[in-house]
Amino acid sequence: MKMKETEPSLYTVKAVFILDNDGNRLLSKYYDPEFYPSMKEQKNFEKNVFNKTHKADNEIAFLEGMTIVYKTSIDLFFYVVGSAQENELMLMSVLNCLFESLSQILKKNVERRCLLDNMEGVFLVVDEIIDGGVILESDPQQVLQKVNYRVRGESVIPNYQSCHFIY
Amino acid sequence: MIKKFDKKDEESGSGSNPFQHLEKSAVLQEARIFNETPINPRRCLHILTKIIYLLNQGEHFGTTEATEAFFAMTRLFQSNDQTLRRMCYLTIKEMANISEDVIIVTSSLTKDMTGKEDVYRGPAIRALCRITDTTMLQAIERYMKQAIVDKVPSVSSSALVSSLHMVKMSYDVVKRWVNEAQEAASSDNIMVQYHALGLLYHLRKNDRLAVTKMLNKFTKSGLKSPFAYCMLIRIASKLLDETEAGHDSPLFDFIESCLRNKNEMVVYEAASAIVHMPNCTARELAPAVSVLQLFCSSPKAALRYAAVRTLNKVAMKHPSAVTACNLDLENLITDSNRSIATLAITTLLKTGSESSVDRLMKQISSFVSEISDEFKVVVVQAISALCQKYPRKHSVMMNFLSNMLRDDGGFDYKRAIVDCIISIIEENPESKETGLAHLCEFIEDCEHTVLATKILHLLGKEGPRTPQPSKYIRFIFNRVVLESEAVRAAAVSALAKFGAQNDDLCFAFLDDEVRDRATFYMNVLQQKQKALNAAYIFNGLSVSIPGLEKSLHQYTLDPSEKPFDMKSVPLATTPITEQKTEIAPVATSKLPEKLAPSRQDIYQEQLAAVPEFQGLGPLFKSSEPVQLTEAETEYVVRCIKHTFARHMVFQFDCTNTLNDQLLQKLTASPTVSPVPATL
Repeated sequence: MKMKETEPSLYTVKAVFILDNDGNRLLSKYYDPEFYPSMKEQKNFEKNVFNKTHKADNEIAFLEGMTIVYKTSIDLFFYVVGSAQENELMLMSVLNCLFESLSQILKKNVERRCLLDNMEGVFLVVDEIIDGGVILESDPQQVLQKVNYRVRGESVIPNYQSCHFIY
Repeated sequence: MIKKFDKKDEESGSGSNPFQHLEKSAVLQEARIFNETPINPRRCLHILTKIIYLLNQGEHFGTTEATEAFFAMTRLFQSNDQTLRRMCYLTIKEMANISEDVIIVTSSLTKDMTGKEDVYRGPAIRALCRITDTTMLQAIERYMKQAIVDKVPSVSSSALVSSLHMVKMSYDVVKRWVNEAQEAASSDNIMVQYHALGLLYHLRKNDRLAVTKMLNKFTKSGLKSPFAYCMLIRIASKLLDETEAGHDSPLFDFIESCLRNKNEMVVYEAASAIVHMPNCTARELAPAVSVLQLFCSSPKAALRYAAVRTLNKVAMKHPSAVTACNLDLENLITDSNRSIATLAITTLLKTGSESSVDRLMKQISSFVSEISDEFKVVVVQAISALCQKYPRKHSVMMNFLSNMLRDDGGFDYKRAIVDCIISIIEENPESKETGLAHLCEFIEDCEHTVLATKILHLLGKEGPRTPQPSKYIRFIFNRVVLESEAVRAAAVSALAKFGAQNDDLCFAFLDDEVRDRATFYMNVLQQKQKALNAAYIFNGLSVSIPGLEKSLHQYTLDPSEKPFDMKSVPLATTPITEQKTEIAPVATSKLPEKLAPSRQDIYQEQLAAVPEFQGLGPLFKSSEPVQLTEAETEYVVRCIKHTFARHMVFQFDCTNTLNDQLLQKLTASPTVSPVPATL
């Protein structure tokens, strides 16, 4: 049987993105310059992935030659993308870390509005988990410590309804 | 500005996106407050978030405005707000490619990376390495080396990963840090181990000896990191493959020992590595397969998927090794994840017995429409392999394939099916007729030129040799008429093959009449005489058709040496429009318009029906009807004079104008008045 063609490498994640329940992009990072470098290709890919996955909550899919692990929460969809030969459990560990970290940051309110209200926290979490396609951190507790993000007790914009937290 | 943002948002309601109505120019305008002192961290933070959000959505920033925003952002380093500082690092990375002179932040970043705030150091390193070029790298070299061996794990990890990113740009510089990386590899932290190993491998991968040494060291020293283990397994596999070492090497033992690791990720990596090794014996595969078998019943879908996908690969070369898992695979057939179900079924098709084929095929057909194109191709490939293994099952397979061919699907999918059908036809003469029939049906409505031409080529090759080649000619002929250029060309070539094989087949598919005309016209055209063309093609018959028929009939009754003379047939006269014809038109649209039977023809028919007139010969001419009575009388009579060669027949039509009277036994008594003889 043919040898797996992957060269051993730390570059394991091709892309990560978060979509809302209309399939619109809320956040996305593409790490491989050869994998859908243009915005048009990326949006197209996200649309295809969304169409194939948002009805069936099946955790793992294989589309356009890529392995995709995903998770949904209320009105959000989280995706981590790797090559077809990638270790699926490794991709799952990234997804789980992402989800758990965000869950802590958003005080379990992993839904769209709360996510958008705390977007800088979300950006920072993603930045701490994957760097240029390399898994930087897999433990949510470590991620939270590094991000050290405090959900605002009051909203930034006055007269603006957002999720309030007392801490 | 902020108030405007508020208002829009209040209007759109609570379900909206606070970033939805962002305008780049407005946000960049807002960014001017970065220059104000004192800095308001929260407001600035929110503006930075909006900038990054816009960039992420694909908003284009021109160089000037990006540079302006970047420079304004550098002012924010004056603030000590941690989140704000972190967002600055992020902004630097996001704008590194679109802003000019980004290196102005170098000194700030260098300061942060060597400063006291641990929470800044890692991210600052990563941002710095993002904007560094080769020259600058040498300037910060010593900081990087120090960072790699730093005791704070996040600092070390950041430095290692950043170094890895810079290998492409400055391999020679980064190579000098190999000792530091080696030291970092002995860290307790599982991520640092992983990153150090990764960097070391990338630096040494062209030196096989160095890699071997490194591997020996790490496999003995017992790393903790599951990620590092996965990396080691991959390196070991690659080495085994490159050196073609036997499976009794310590490298193989190491991989095999990983099957007993506590972490599922490592176990799976090891199983997958073993399964992909060339020349694995059944004995060597067995422990990997049993591990995968266990995973089949995991509650985690990703694990079940990984396991069944790998077992599917094993089954391709070693189906017997997978037979032990058949029961577990059967359980997966009904998995809610259709990809898993598909893989399970296709694996079973490879390992199961002939008797299970029908059942499994039925199962698959129930959900094949739900799975993605990629998996449909997997199914087709499994069927292809199955057909080779169980040739007797070809009719079940062919049925299934033809159904799939009718469904929606992309080019790759359809091509896989067509290829599969073709290979069945080629292997299995019994299936040829069915297969060709399915393919004929497919090309009736096929949008893929490549496939249509391929099938036409096949039909041309195989069709003439079948017992009834004419069956296929119809399909091919339609392509000649209806399709695009490439397809028409292929169709014509295919037809030629039929013609070459069987002389009389060329027109066999056409209806008799069509064929006769085609032959006739072809012959006329081949004479290449304009006069002939004019006579036979352009002008057509100028005689009346029923007249011709009558004359021919006469001719056959009265055999003569002379050839039939067209001139003896009366010319066609203009038809009466109000009289209905009794002769039903037979022609299709292809035939030239039949001359409507003229009045004369009708009379001829009617006269011929009377026994006394049959000996008179052909009718020469009939006159117009002459009214003999006035219109208001009880009955009207009109007379028609029919002229034959030697006789005259007078036809009296008597029509009753009264409704309540019936006329019977009419007789006509003409009187002949003496007429001066004229000629």
